[in-house]
Amino acid sequence: MKGLKFILAGIIFGIIMTKSEAVSWYRIQEMFRFQSFQMYGIIGTAVALGVGMVLLMKITGFTDFNGNYIVFHPKEKGVKRYLLGGSVFGLGWALCGACPGPMFVSLGMGYFTMLLVIGGALLGTFLYGLMRNKLPH
Amino acid sequence: MQEFISQPWPWYLSGFMIALIMFVLLFFGKTFGFSSNLRTICAMSGAGKASDFFQFDWKKQTWNLLFLMGSVIGGFIAHTFMNNEQPVAISDDTIADLKTLGFKVQKGLQPDEIFNSFTLKSVLILITGGLFVGFGSRWAGGCTSGHAISGLSNLQLPSLIAVIGFFIGGLIMTHLLFPIIFNTPGAL
Repeated sequence: MKGLKFILAGIIFGIIMTKSEAVSWYRIQEMFRFQSFQMYGIIGTAVALGVGMVLLMKITGFTDFNGNYIVFHPKEKGVKRYLLGGSVFGLGWALCGACPGPMFVSLGMGYFTMLLVIGGALLGTFLYGLMRNKLPH
Repeated sequence: MQEFISQPWPWYLSGFMIALIMFVLLFFGKTFGFSSNLRTICAMSGAGKASDFFQFDWKKQTWNLLFLMGSVIGGFIAHTFMNNEQPVAISDDTIADLKTLGFKVQKGLQPDEIFNSFTLKSVLILITGGLFVGFGSRWAGGCTSGHAISGLSNLQLPSLIAVIGFFIGGLIMTHLLFPIIFNTPGAL
């Protein structure tokens, strides 16, 4: 089954996020209070390794399993959408202590009230779709 | 071994593994970005009738939905078989701060005061929090994985601006709004 590798990658992601406590509402609070290195260490290590990896892939012309060059698409330029959208995201992230990935990981852990958060996130995504032409980007 | 997997894992192991997941997804021709799934689920549910933002070939995103499914299973596995039944290992300063807001740090990774109390206030908090995350991640064009991890790894200035935004919002919520929202300890 071709999709199995993605399920496996997801399983590993879920286990890591749980075991490093990155799915925890408490950890997000700790991060926004600058009281521990844990979350900064997790994201910092991933980004430091990621920067090296992307750079190496670009230099060596790394190809994926199909033999195609891996292309990195630059993000659309701009400031407003990233700053404003990012701030709205941050308000929600601190309030419910979960970004999109951890919402689903926590659900798997048995926190069924995460369904309310996921429902809210789907509603928020839908509302953005309706309003996006009126928002600054 | 059992001892090791039951303990909370250190940040460097977690960071390394996240980079590895990013590599695996790139190798299979995909990119690491979780919040796209929310848009995909909206599109699957027929949101395309209301907005052309949801009119795209969502079937091409099936791999990401499978990743999402896996993450739910991963949470289940970690919680069921790799759990040390201890309270979250956060710092004493955070425990003290949260105590003044009416939170007890007990067993488990999420506070019962919000996730297991079923008051009108806690339900509103969960829905509103989710709504902001969903709305904000699409407006900003990505979430923690898409911007903070994938975007910063590719040295994208827009991603850095988005991450700064994440912190502006998070700091406002934590330091200015939390004292208002949780003003009466024990009243959650």
